[in-house]
Amino acid sequence: MKRVKKMQYESPKSIDDAISLISNSPGNVRLLAGGTDLLVQMQSQVADPDLVIDIKNIKEMKEFKKEDGVYTVGAAVTGMEIIEHEEFGSDWPGVVDGVKLIGSIQIKGRASMGGNLCNASPAADSIPAMIASGASAVIAGPNGRREVLVEDFIKGPGKTSLKSNEILLSVKFPIKKPNSSGAYLRFTPRTEMDIAVVGVGINVTMSDSGICEEAKVSIGAVAEKALVVEDAATALVGNKITDEIIENFISKVRASARPINDKRGTVDFRIQVIGVIAKRALKMALERIR
Amino acid sequence: MSDTVAYEEKKLKIIGTRPIRPDGVDKVTGRARYGADINLPGQLFGSVYRSPYPHAIIKSIDVSAALAIPGVKAAITGDDFEDMPSQFIPVGEMVVNFRDMTRNVIAREKALYDGHPIVAIAAISESIAKEALKHIKVDFEILPHVIDVVEAMKPGATLLHEEQYTLIERKRLGSEPTTESPPKEPSNIAKRLTWEKGDIENGFSKAHIIIEKEFNTKPVHQGYIEPHATVATCTEDGQVEVYTCSQGHFVIRSQCAKLLGIEVSKIKVIPTELGGGFGGKNNVYLEPLAIMLSKIVHRPVKMVMSRNEVFRATGPSPAGHVKVKIGCDKNGNIVAADAQIDMQSGAFPGSPLPQATITCFTRYDIENVRVIGHDVTTNRPKVAAYRAPGAPIAAFGVESVMDELAEKLSIDPLDLRIMNAAKEGTQTYYGVTFPQIGFLETLKRAKAHKNYNIPLEKNQGRGVATGFWMNIGNDTTSSLNVNDDGTIALTIGTIDVAGGSRSSLAMMVAEEFGIDSDKVRVTTGDTSQLGFNFVTAGSRGTFAGGIVAILAARKAIEECKIRAAKTWNVPLDEVVWEDGYARPASSNVGGFDPLSLADIAKNATKTGGPIAGHSEKNVQGAGPGFGTQIVDVEVDKETGSVKILRHTVIQDAGKAIHPAYVEGQYQGGAVQGIGWALNEEYIYGDDGKLQNTGFLDYRVPVASDVPFIDTDIVEVPNPYHPYGVRGIGEVPIIPPTAAIANAVYKATGIRFNSLPLSPPKVLAAITKK
Ligand SMILES: Cc1cc2nc3c(=O)[nH]c(=O)nc-3n(C[C@H](O)[C@H](O)[C@H](O)COP(=O)(O)OP(=O)(O)OC[C@H]3O[C@@H](n4cnc5c(N)ncnc54)[C@H](O)[C@@H]3O)c2cc1C
Repeated sequence: MKRVKKMQYESPKSIDDAISLISNSPGNVRLLAGGTDLLVQMQSQVADPDLVIDIKNIKEMKEFKKEDGVYTVGAAVTGMEIIEHEEFGSDWPGVVDGVKLIGSIQIKGRASMGGNLCNASPAADSIPAMIASGASAVIAGPNGRREVLVEDFIKGPGKTSLKSNEILLSVKFPIKKPNSSGAYLRFTPRTEMDIAVVGVGINVTMSDSGICEEAKVSIGAVAEKALVVEDAATALVGNKITDEIIENFISKVRASARPINDKRGTVDFRIQVIGVIAKRALKMALERIR
Repeated sequence: MSDTVAYEEKKLKIIGTRPIRPDGVDKVTGRARYGADINLPGQLFGSVYRSPYPHAIIKSIDVSAALAIPGVKAAITGDDFEDMPSQFIPVGEMVVNFRDMTRNVIAREKALYDGHPIVAIAAISESIAKEALKHIKVDFEILPHVIDVVEAMKPGATLLHEEQYTLIERKRLGSEPTTESPPKEPSNIAKRLTWEKGDIENGFSKAHIIIEKEFNTKPVHQGYIEPHATVATCTEDGQVEVYTCSQGHFVIRSQCAKLLGIEVSKIKVIPTELGGGFGGKNNVYLEPLAIMLSKIVHRPVKMVMSRNEVFRATGPSPAGHVKVKIGCDKNGNIVAADAQIDMQSGAFPGSPLPQATITCFTRYDIENVRVIGHDVTTNRPKVAAYRAPGAPIAAFGVESVMDELAEKLSIDPLDLRIMNAAKEGTQTYYGVTFPQIGFLETLKRAKAHKNYNIPLEKNQGRGVATGFWMNIGNDTTSSLNVNDDGTIALTIGTIDVAGGSRSSLAMMVAEEFGIDSDKVRVTTGDTSQLGFNFVTAGSRGTFAGGIVAILAARKAIEECKIRAAKTWNVPLDEVVWEDGYARPASSNVGGFDPLSLADIAKNATKTGGPIAGHSEKNVQGAGPGFGTQIVDVEVDKETGSVKILRHTVIQDAGKAIHPAYVEGQYQGGAVQGIGWALNEEYIYGDDGKLQNTGFLDYRVPVASDVPFIDTDIVEVPNPYHPYGVRGIGEVPIIPPTAAIANAVYKATGIRFNSLPLSPPKVLAAITKK
């Protein structure tokens, strides 16, 4: 006779305990940060874990610090904590743009950037912004720690480069360049509580004479994962940002999008609009440098 | 009208003020008990196995593996219910055929839509019940399906009901309609309904200008936040108790009694607080299943739908395919109007076709009219009423064509409507001659409104449209008791569907007695406490509920006067009731001190016993409702996104008992209309499965999507209500779709004839242009 199984819940205090719990559990294990993805998935029976490990009681997971210009945001730091961190906001406004768009204030009171990253939705709002900022994921496993760039961390819809016994520890941001800034914009039919039909994260560094010295562009919701658009960055670097350059930049963004037709938008619509949103994000980032 | 209660003009103290809402604190603190908050000792949890296919023969069902799971106590299928004859009975704002209803509650020979219930399970926990569903085996023979209304009407379309022959109904004002022979072949067209007045061809021959257009609307869900929930308990001696969130517990009782073959007296339905219904909670879904399961397991059974189930299996509004043709003379007088409305009713017949066809042109005084309607079955959930059922679909077409006519004739769109507006004495094509109505007032106030005259900028546009709803009365009950401290307990049968009608009724009773409204506590009675009371639909709650509350109060006041006469030992006609006191009719009666309600209540035992009044009535004389709306939009031409800048609702309320609640209805209706216009739609895959079964992809507007909705309450009293009340709940959802499309036209130069005006559609049209 089949018995309905019971789910176990653990709340370890250290990374090591968490890793050994994962390593020693035979069943399906899921980590729990804010739970705003996981609980919804469990409710709709998409996820059915045998063991849920809550990581919010691990000190390191909740740390949010700046050391030698490098921010480390613990994987379970909530969206509202990020939004309310003024200095972080002025250094990485694009990332905060992305985090701000996640759900409502209530959702952000629980939701973490780490969860957004590990959930690896192609439409996740903080991911293109993290990629454009050059952020990397700090990963802990039985054999120690490793770091990978966010764009390499994400493998596909719901897929990351985490091995089954690894956890995301934090997201690390590089030292911010002077005269640089960023932005993230998305398009949604509704103004809030919606999912990106397209999203664009961008970071640019300008010279004093108004030449673009460095740029990184990432687009979301138009492929199986957030993409880095090197052509679009190349279109900007070394140039003054004229209308003509912007047009070129837009066409490079559009060329690299490979969306699908689905209930959230058509291919034509997404390709059209990603160019528009990219242009607006670029202008927003430039405005912020000024 | 004979059986009506007349309007009396008088000085008002309570009505028209804005007291704090009595149910407000419970709602904002989470204390209010909604359907899913009710739990009974020893309850089991019910869960429903639903068809994964839009159309399939159910060849066999095997529940043995599910029943073998420890904790699973029962499983029922369509076979556990009596089959019902094809028989039409009015329920809610629609007519119900119990053959169809029993099949909608739980499928019999075929599954007719994705989400159609097939098996219901009861288990000791929710998780076990859900797990059990995975072990149910149904052998389906998958059939081709049809989702779109136009496709479903085509000859040779896949049939949902092999025995369905089109019913022909023709009505002609003033004379016998010509006959029309019904088709000999079965089809998905359940009914063809025609209304005629005058001579349509002759009318169009006199037109200087004729505009004819075709329109399409998508089904939209009522979007109530509270999912359907019920707890039923059936005792060993066959007594049934049901807690449920509905718009009419008496109707739920009638339907359950019929479907389960139980005497009405053996079923008690206890209403819970309602988290929205908008027409979608007039009919049973879970209740008969929960009762049947409870009967088998001898324990209470609780059932709560998930949002996914709400979207897949409870009533949206229909989709509509509408053709409209209107002809005007040179001056803009409408000479003839013709429409065809094809309405998708879902898996079973019974779309709001009557309402759509009779509201279609009724705002205007037109000599020659024809409206043809089709009720069409498709592989979707059976439609339910949704706020002014059917009317927005017809109005979208008519009000869009009116806008085009105004443009072509170079007449202000409000002036064109003013010229043609129905007024007191206008006879509609369905027969009714309007009493005093306030349509012209709404149009004139709109024209003078400051929002109609604000200059617009680039990419912005302004549109107007109007709405009409006939409103209804029907069976209504209430019982009023004067408590021993002079406060009042009013028990009503009319569900407060969250619009605040309980406090509006308290205010009317308080006005009658001449006391403060917080001295009147209103409770919704269960079905064992009052006579039959119709569902809260057709904008009848405050109108009809108000009339019986007033009549009950008047009876109690009469009794108070009797008690005062006894106390003073004077004849009854020498006592009057004024401002909360029994007073001697004149100084000749004697120098008695006035007796307050509290004084009389305190002595009630000595003067004959408790004081009460009650009223049961098929309420007549609902005042027709009219409204005009003005919408300003801004279109982002690079993304196709439409932003509502300003939205103004000008509507006749007859009399606003609590103006804030009237404004709330105007605003709520407008916002639902905005959702219908811009983003809401059911998205089906080629496999006939609904793809957007949650609020993420089924986009009702959120607060930041809409501006503050401006309101202007017109008060042209309904002659058949003591305070002049008209129903107001439904009219405000009618104009927005056309008003928004008309505004988008002004902003972009493009006419959109198909809803919703979602960004991909708008952008594609702009790019093409
Ligand atoms: C109403 C609502 C609105 C939303 N709106 C948006 C939106 O606009 N944009 C958007 O991008 N998202 C949105 N989301 C999704 C969700 O809120 C975000 O993805 C959020 O950032 C997830 O964070 P969390 O902490 O809640 O993650 P959780 O649900 O706790 O975890 C998410 C996933 O990551 C795994 N995980 C969590 N932490 C770790 C870790 N340290 N190491 C390894 N794996 C881990 C979990 O097992 C789970 O699979 C919305 C959700 C809701 C409910």
